[in-house]
Amino acid sequence: MTDNGSEPRIITYRQALNETLRAELERDENVFLIGEEIGVFQGSYKITAGLLEDFGPKRVRDTPISEEGFVGAAIGAAMLGLRPVVEIMTLNFSLIAIDQIVNHAAKMHAMFGGQVKVPLVIRFPGGGGQQLAATHSQNLEVWYAHIPGLKVLAPSTPAEAKSMLTAAIRDDDPVILLENLALYNVKGEVPDGEQVAEIGKAAVVKTGTDLTVVSYSRGMVTALQVAKEFEQEGVSIEVVDLRSLRPLDRETICASVRKTSRAVIFEDDMLSYGIGAEISATIGEGAFDYLDAPVRRVAASEVPLPYSKPLETAAMPHAEDLSRVIRETLDATRFKK
Amino acid sequence: MATTSRTKKKPASSGQSATELRSYYTKMSLVRAFELRANEMYARAKIGGYCHLNLGEEATVVGLTAALENRDYLYTSYRDHGYAIMRGMEPSAVMAELFGKSTGVVGGWGGSMHMFDMSKRMLGGYGIVGGQIPPATGAALAISYRSEAGPNSEAVMCLMGDATTNIGAFHESLNLAGLWNLPIVYVIVNNRLGMGTRVEDASAEPDLYKRGSAYRIEGKRVDGDDPIAVRDAARAALTKAREERRPVLLELMSYRLKGHSVVDPARYRSKEDTDEAKENDPVPAFRGKLIADGVLTAKEAEAIDDEADKIVTEAVQFADDSPDPSVDKLFDKVYSTPVTNSSTRLPAEPAVVLS
Repeated sequence: MTDNGSEPRIITYRQALNETLRAELERDENVFLIGEEIGVFQGSYKITAGLLEDFGPKRVRDTPISEEGFVGAAIGAAMLGLRPVVEIMTLNFSLIAIDQIVNHAAKMHAMFGGQVKVPLVIRFPGGGGQQLAATHSQNLEVWYAHIPGLKVLAPSTPAEAKSMLTAAIRDDDPVILLENLALYNVKGEVPDGEQVAEIGKAAVVKTGTDLTVVSYSRGMVTALQVAKEFEQEGVSIEVVDLRSLRPLDRETICASVRKTSRAVIFEDDMLSYGIGAEISATIGEGAFDYLDAPVRRVAASEVPLPYSKPLETAAMPHAEDLSRVIRETLDATRFKK
Repeated sequence: MATTSRTKKKPASSGQSATELRSYYTKMSLVRAFELRANEMYARAKIGGYCHLNLGEEATVVGLTAALENRDYLYTSYRDHGYAIMRGMEPSAVMAELFGKSTGVVGGWGGSMHMFDMSKRMLGGYGIVGGQIPPATGAALAISYRSEAGPNSEAVMCLMGDATTNIGAFHESLNLAGLWNLPIVYVIVNNRLGMGTRVEDASAEPDLYKRGSAYRIEGKRVDGDDPIAVRDAARAALTKAREERRPVLLELMSYRLKGHSVVDPARYRSKEDTDEAKENDPVPAFRGKLIADGVLTAKEAEAIDDEADKIVTEAVQFADDSPDPSVDKLFDKVYSTPVTNSSTRLPAEPAVVLS
């Protein structure tokens, strides 16, 4: 049973997003969906399946292939009080709209003296591993996480997909919701009834005492799996899910590392200048005296991701990479259990 | 070149009420006085950053804003001071914004390029070339989302310079507006130069009003030195937007009196071009026309100019006397929905503060 007394159901991440969009369309007539192939085609990844039929073309608006145009149009509609939820087919294509996202949506509230709100959600999946080659496999969420004025959320479970999308739609600021191609079919418990995430908070999703793994989005699936394997060896791993890439909950990260004295960061993106770099610097500043080993990062190789399966696999971080780096970190301090 | 020079029609005043004509001259005189003073204040380092003036575009500014109803929304480029004032923002608050003061229209957050007032439906000057066009198109989408077409409908006017018609945002937006039947009037203020690049050196179709045809959007070229012609064309376009929900593309032929911005000496312009600009300067031309037509006396015109000067002097005084924004409020406007863990760190403060 959940807090509000209803039974949790086991559904996919995709279904959680679809049901949440439906619920928010029903709740608020200012909410509308806009993007390429979201209506007649029902979404490139079928997140919007059935919604055009039930809500009509005014609420579920198909667009031409014009990311800059329709993201900017959503911004303008939001300025007048509508609450657009934009789907960009993948993160990679958001680069075409980056002027509107970074120079406009993120800046308007402050630069226009607090007079205008931009209650906009931009959803897109990132991530590699689908043999889509270099231009269709990127994890550039850090570009958006760098920008004040944006809020950037990365749900890792179906339950979080529901609560974070709900929070994003009801928030008065532009929110980027980072999804992941590999998560759409992942199943999990999702409580019925209204679930609204608190933006800006990380979560300790598994407690432990020996080492902290920090991750987000798809990386969380691997992190939890590896933590469970170490549990069988008697090594207690704590897992922190960032959940919100901006704002970043530095306190939860540092509090965990102060307890465990060791940290490994697991991310799908490339290492240099990445989210792991920011976490590592945060730990250096907030838990230096508590560290028993250098902070390590497990991250993608610095190469345009190849199409070939063996090459793609070699360049992306996997569970065995995380296990190895956890062991090296434990060995670095002659950790004995 | 024939395609980009202004039509030579002189300002017409026949059939207009004398009160209206005098009010247009009064407004043009105020924009002129304001911009000359802004130029001076920039030279005296009271104004920082970039500063683009409407000098030479007064007829365009006054004609377009005269066509707008209070219920309409206006988006402009960064050359926006005159539009802000003509949309009803106080000259003192606009000058204070140029001075970066707390009493400025956006509290010192935007400066010259980012005049904004939600209550006047002036939805911003935009510093990125073409950046305003997709949001303006989206504002028109919001209007059509909420209301039916008709004479009382709201509409959007979106201004841009000639060089802006080469950026992708222009073409994507016109396509959306044409496809979705949006109530928006796109206005190109063609002052014949990008920064220093001539229209015909930047646009494969230098007759810019024709560029709407790719999207089945009606285009029209108008003499931008004639406030009446500008007003009438804009009114007709807005009516079409309101009643037929069809977008329109207007091209107003104009010319800057000075450089691209206040720091630009405009050495790329020939003496002939500069002389022509002075000769066609819309402010003395309109004044001369009204005097010739007996609408104004020279003395009355002088009194109007003096009054404009007085308003601007008071605006400068107000801006000078106003306090700077408080550093205590530096982080107040990053988000409109407050959020946990939002950074409020000054440069030398630590990134991590543990409670």
